[in-house]
Amino acid sequence: MHAIVCIKQVPDTTEVKVNPETGTLIREGVPSIINPFDTYAIEEALRLREKFSGRVTVVSMGPPQAEDALREAIAMGADEAILLSDRAFAGADTLATAYTLAEAIRRIGDYDLVICGRQAIDGDTGQVGPGIANRLGIPQLTYVSRIRQVDLENKAITVERLVEEGCEVVASTLPAVVTVNKDINQPRYPDFKGVIRSRGVDIPVWDAGVLEGADPAQCGLDGSPTRVVRVFTPPPRQEEAEIIEADTVEKAAALLVERLLGEEVIRNQVFGKNLVSKPRGKSSGPARDQPR
Amino acid sequence: MALLEINRDECTGCAACVEVCPFGSLRLDDEDIAVVDETCTACGACLPECPVEALSLPPPPARGGEGGVEEVDLSAYQGVWFWVEQFQGQAGSISWEMAGKGRELADALGTTLTACVLGQGVEHVAQEAICYGADRVLLVDDPTLSVYRTDPYAAVLVDLVQRYKPEVFILGASTRGRDLAGSVATKLRTGLTADCTELTIDPETRLLRQTRPAFGGNIMATILCPHHRPQMATVRHRVFEMPQMDTSRQGQLVRHRPIMGEGEIASKVVDFIVQEGQVNLADAQVIVAGGRGVGGPEGFAPIRELAEVLGGAVGASRSTVDAGWIPYAHQVGQTGRTVRPDLYVACGISGAIQHLAGMKTASCIVAINTDPEAPIFQVAHYGIVGDLFQVVPALAQQFRQRLHK
Repeated sequence: MHAIVCIKQVPDTTEVKVNPETGTLIREGVPSIINPFDTYAIEEALRLREKFSGRVTVVSMGPPQAEDALREAIAMGADEAILLSDRAFAGADTLATAYTLAEAIRRIGDYDLVICGRQAIDGDTGQVGPGIANRLGIPQLTYVSRIRQVDLENKAITVERLVEEGCEVVASTLPAVVTVNKDINQPRYPDFKGVIRSRGVDIPVWDAGVLEGADPAQCGLDGSPTRVVRVFTPPPRQEEAEIIEADTVEKAAALLVERLLGEEVIRNQVFGKNLVSKPRGKSSGPARDQPR
Repeated sequence: MALLEINRDECTGCAACVEVCPFGSLRLDDEDIAVVDETCTACGACLPECPVEALSLPPPPARGGEGGVEEVDLSAYQGVWFWVEQFQGQAGSISWEMAGKGRELADALGTTLTACVLGQGVEHVAQEAICYGADRVLLVDDPTLSVYRTDPYAAVLVDLVQRYKPEVFILGASTRGRDLAGSVATKLRTGLTADCTELTIDPETRLLRQTRPAFGGNIMATILCPHHRPQMATVRHRVFEMPQMDTSRQGQLVRHRPIMGEGEIASKVVDFIVQEGQVNLADAQVIVAGGRGVGGPEGFAPIRELAEVLGGAVGASRSTVDAGWIPYAHQVGQTGRTVRPDLYVACGISGAIQHLAGMKTASCIVAINTDPEAPIFQVAHYGIVGDLFQVVPALAQQFRQRLHK
């Protein structure tokens, strides 16, 4: 079994703090990490390898320092890693990123599964996984919470997807792109052997020249239909929380409920809905079933 | 890989760019001149800040021609579209929120609003779409579309877009909407902006200005798709107002056939499991959430009780999910769900930045925590400093009385 895992290096947002005065991010000294969702993707690939034997290849597109993320993946147990790094890849939006990754996957070749995190925590789009699947012309299984079954002989996979209303069980063919949620597993920590190996392993850097056949015009900024035209910090909230204090918990609770009742949105949406039996109760939102 | 060019002769070392860079990619060097490192994403945030115009990015590729971008006749694309997400014949509220926003965009452009309704036995949903503001509904009603599957749904939408050529196409940022939009936009080779919280039409260029949170909501970015059509975006739940339903509205219903036959579809939905107490956090008007302060799985009992009294859903912080006290489906925050209820009651949640990213845009936030210094109080509208095991049951009791339950 050959699984290719796509990972992204992102700033560690647990280290990011907000300057309370300006509302801007304090990024100084913020370390870079593997996108958290991607660690679950790596773990899932490693578990599949343990079950079926085979290998795990990790790919990342990014600046030269993204090599650190790949070394970490090797330390976790991945067999090999490839860094896609070239000025021609820079400034890519999700369409161009997916294109470049798909071209690399095509070149690596001979895979059963491509596994990605469901989204990156810096961009939060979740669009690259579907993009890769479409470029490769294979099925996509997104927001996967569990891989139920992989049948390499019959080229079949069954997964559980977490959707808003519950859990959807989907059967599909292989190869496929799977994007994973964080409830799929518990990623392992690198062990000593892995760390030693990760230090010595050679990580090839593929530039646009290596991806022969790839259209440079579809990579990087040139291949990106979207343009960021403005970036701003949302204004911090000025008002402070009203802290409700009273002699007893009951009184404080009563006071808080009183305050919430004074909030129009709560009165209408929350209370209104629950008071429908009262003839003069205010209706909540648009009345779906009431003809004019 | 940095694409940003800095003219060292012009730079005055004022550091205005260093301060605004969302990625911390800029700094001043030994000579007090701005330098950029490899983490630059070419987002352009710094450009307008430079007082001497010392910063530049490569120009976007000209429309058509160079850069291999296919020639697109932009004027051939007209109309605003939205996808009506339905589950078991019931349209989600996000669909009608989009109908309201789509109507606004169509009016601003002086064009029509079209709804795409896919499913089986969903003609009533098509009628609803008209009542909520659509001028036209493209209806594809077929057994192969009875449950959502990426490939047959994407194939239909791609075909319809290629036939009718809309200029704007919006979908909900739900799991299905994001799954589908990512597929359709890639097939159409057009731009897609995820999770928009604001959509407007630029009156001069008629382009769709798509604003979205990034970096856990700490920065906002406005994005354009200047040379590709349709301009595609997914929109967040509960951000745009639900329009009034008007049953007297008339609209056109156009039927189309599916593109893929069952034999061509690689995937099958073999089962659907609704867990007990399953919650749809995205649609919830009220969320009562528990954090580390609940102390263990049984600590969610008062949280559940209050949620039930309020007809709301149960949310959870990451640490409680990681500890195995409650399933992941409940997790609110950066690695869980982003929610925007009318009322969010945070119980025993300290308010880590990742949690705040997922809930700070709720209309009204109540924080209950023993630690008065907890960051959750910084985003809360109301707070009670106290033990959730006393406060939450007392609140449930008070609400029960008010609600005559």
